[in-house]
Amino acid sequence: MIGPKPEGINVLWLQSGGCGGCTMSLLCADSCNLFEMLSSAGVRFLWHPSLSEETGVEVTRVMERCLSGQVTLDALCVEGSLLRGPNGTGRFHLLAGTGRPMIHWVRELASVARYTVAVGTCAAYGGVTAAGGNPTDACGLQYEGDEPGGLLGVEYRSRSGLPVINVAGCPTHPNWVVETLMCLAFGLFSERDMDALGRPRFYADHLVHHGCTRNEYYEFKASAEKPSDLGCMMENMGCKGTQAHADCNIRLWNSEGSCTRGGYACISCTEPGFEEPGHPFAQTPKIAGIPVGLPTDMPKAWFVALASLSKSATPRRVRENAVSDHQVITPAIRKTRLR
Amino acid sequence: MSRLVVGPFNRVEGDLEVTLEVAAGRVRSARVNSPLYRGFEQILRGKDPMDALVFAPRICGICSVSQSVAAASALANLMKLEPPENGRLATNLILAAENLADHFTHFYLFFMPDFARDVYRHRPWFTAVQARFKAIEGSAAGDALPARAKLLSLMGSMAGKWPHTLSIQPGGSARPVEGGEKIRLYSILREFRRSLEKTLFGDALEAVAGLESARDLEGWMAARAPDASDFRLFLEIAQDLALEKLGRATDRFLSYGTYSQGDGFMFRRGVWDGEFKPLDVDAITEDISHSWMAGPAKPQPPAHGVTQPLAEKPQAYSWCKAPRLNGDVAETGALARQVVNGHPLIRDLVAQSGGNVRNRVIARLLELALVVPAMESWVRALEPGAPFCHHAPVPEEGCGVGLTESARGSLGHWLEVRRGRIHNYQIISPTTWNFSPRDAQGVPGPLEQALVGAPVQEGETVPVAVQHVVRSFDPCMVCTVH
Repeated sequence: MIGPKPEGINVLWLQSGGCGGCTMSLLCADSCNLFEMLSSAGVRFLWHPSLSEETGVEVTRVMERCLSGQVTLDALCVEGSLLRGPNGTGRFHLLAGTGRPMIHWVRELASVARYTVAVGTCAAYGGVTAAGGNPTDACGLQYEGDEPGGLLGVEYRSRSGLPVINVAGCPTHPNWVVETLMCLAFGLFSERDMDALGRPRFYADHLVHHGCTRNEYYEFKASAEKPSDLGCMMENMGCKGTQAHADCNIRLWNSEGSCTRGGYACISCTEPGFEEPGHPFAQTPKIAGIPVGLPTDMPKAWFVALASLSKSATPRRVRENAVSDHQVITPAIRKTRLR
Repeated sequence: MSRLVVGPFNRVEGDLEVTLEVAAGRVRSARVNSPLYRGFEQILRGKDPMDALVFAPRICGICSVSQSVAAASALANLMKLEPPENGRLATNLILAAENLADHFTHFYLFFMPDFARDVYRHRPWFTAVQARFKAIEGSAAGDALPARAKLLSLMGSMAGKWPHTLSIQPGGSARPVEGGEKIRLYSILREFRRSLEKTLFGDALEAVAGLESARDLEGWMAARAPDASDFRLFLEIAQDLALEKLGRATDRFLSYGTYSQGDGFMFRRGVWDGEFKPLDVDAITEDISHSWMAGPAKPQPPAHGVTQPLAEKPQAYSWCKAPRLNGDVAETGALARQVVNGHPLIRDLVAQSGGNVRNRVIARLLELALVVPAMESWVRALEPGAPFCHHAPVPEEGCGVGLTESARGSLGHWLEVRRGRIHNYQIISPTTWNFSPRDAQGVPGPLEQALVGAPVQEGETVPVAVQHVVRSFDPCMVCTVH
């Protein structure tokens, strides 16, 4: 249980080959004052690139104090991929003012950190920066796509004994980050709380499909054909909500949103390798008319049988609304009480 | 002469290093280095053209929608597609919400905390500023973060999430707004307006937007106590520290124009160098003489640009290329947008003291006062039931250009498609303009010029004046080094 007072943790946050979007998302946390909430939980920022006062040598001093043990580094949060190129030199990101590759700083700091947290899919698995020909030789902290390893290696454990905690997402939901940090501050996080890809299970044990507002269209396989259509986006528009692990349609974004509610497909941004799906993002790859990626845990034969049955049973309302940008037929009004 | 290497810079988006030559307590010359390279232009080659809508926003977590709008416009240009009225309004609203959230974040979280530093402890305004703006601890965060989060709930409704939406399409918006939602969107904007009027300005938005001259502004200031509002407090600091004398760059201003009105823009496209001139997009080139890039020595127009990193190169000191307009340096951002568009207060301030730290901040806050009322009118104009998105196939061959304005200035995407795949994709982002390195003629970029003359106090390793100048541009390094 949560005790009366958290132990508190010192957090050092570094950014490398990413877009800063996970920090920007963090600042969208639905809270009266994010900073106050974190500090009341005992989460103290030693330094954060977007939020702290310190600049230049003041920052390198903070990092050196962590390395020498003068300051306890409880959680090292890394946002952005780790850039090993060109030719293993790490030269694509020299930390400003230090002339040293960021990957060297991260390796050293990870060796003294009690917990190491990858914030976002870039830091977890390589992410978008590793797409295409991966020009910067980008990888995650402990993964390269779905291959364990990455910058720190398979054997890496932080001082707590845990591997890297992968708060994957592109970007991450603010509360995934806040809750992870608070769990660490309260001493409530163990290896049992991580899934097989290192993600906190509190959000990764769900599918994006759970709570999707397009579920009636999904049930009848009434499919959207073009952007702005209301129908299910799995059959044609590349949606991976039935396979992607995250609670985006249960824990909404920016108060009321999610990708599918925003009119576009889930591109499974919490999964390793999402950046190279092997097909155009907004098109569902099919074999003989059947989507290659079927809903998680669903045998193909059952999917095919159910899909053809439900298609033949689709009400006209659902079929026509699916390819419209607003409801053209409203649900019939039924007497729902017993006569 | 002594040399000072400053970095890592925080409260700028991404990593930044500045090398200063200092003599007699002043910066004599500056070199600006973007020390991180990511290679989006390389990553995009060979992809399906529509995949640009997934990758472009992820160039940047703070200009995400702007990148999305630029990519969608480039594709629309290629596909010869015009969005319907609703699509145009929805795109304006989503883009404006990001731009305003950025201005707001910049002022409260990135720029103002520097005045709460110890070095100012003897200034008369220090106690008030420290209580309000101290990084992480100041009371302003408690007002600003919830107001910002609430404004961005507009993104939850209209764009699914922020950052990294996919709702903005070449033909409009994939997220139609339903009848009842208009009221909800409108009340989000009214709430944001209230917080701006109460806390930031202490005055009606229309009153701030209606200030017509430097004299008007002085009168406005004189009529209020120094701590009457956050804007008033900034003006107090600006006057005390003479921020209008700090950080002057080239005084040549560029804006691509933004917030589509169908046949034009709410903020017009153009160039200002003492007078208004139309923008010749074909006069834009990128010079790589001082960038860690391989390619032709002659500056290239972006449509034919090449991005090939080369880590070992004599003379080079940044991953950033050097964009030039007719061979000249240009500054971009809110100040540029408003001087080009002809806002009378900004024209007057620039006529008196040019582009500088104070004027850049004033222009940014002025945009909050100008754009919120426009957003309210766009919400009212939405017509639920009418189309939000038009559709067309992507041609197998062709080119497209997408130009827009992010909070921090002019953003352009140049796209070439061959055999149905992206053959070339070139991006020039606002901070690439503002933080560009020297060109082949040795002409420094805008920030490099703006830093010359900045005071460096005895013993300062991270000169605070340098930080004001850097942050006055609201830089976004992750865009710069896409």
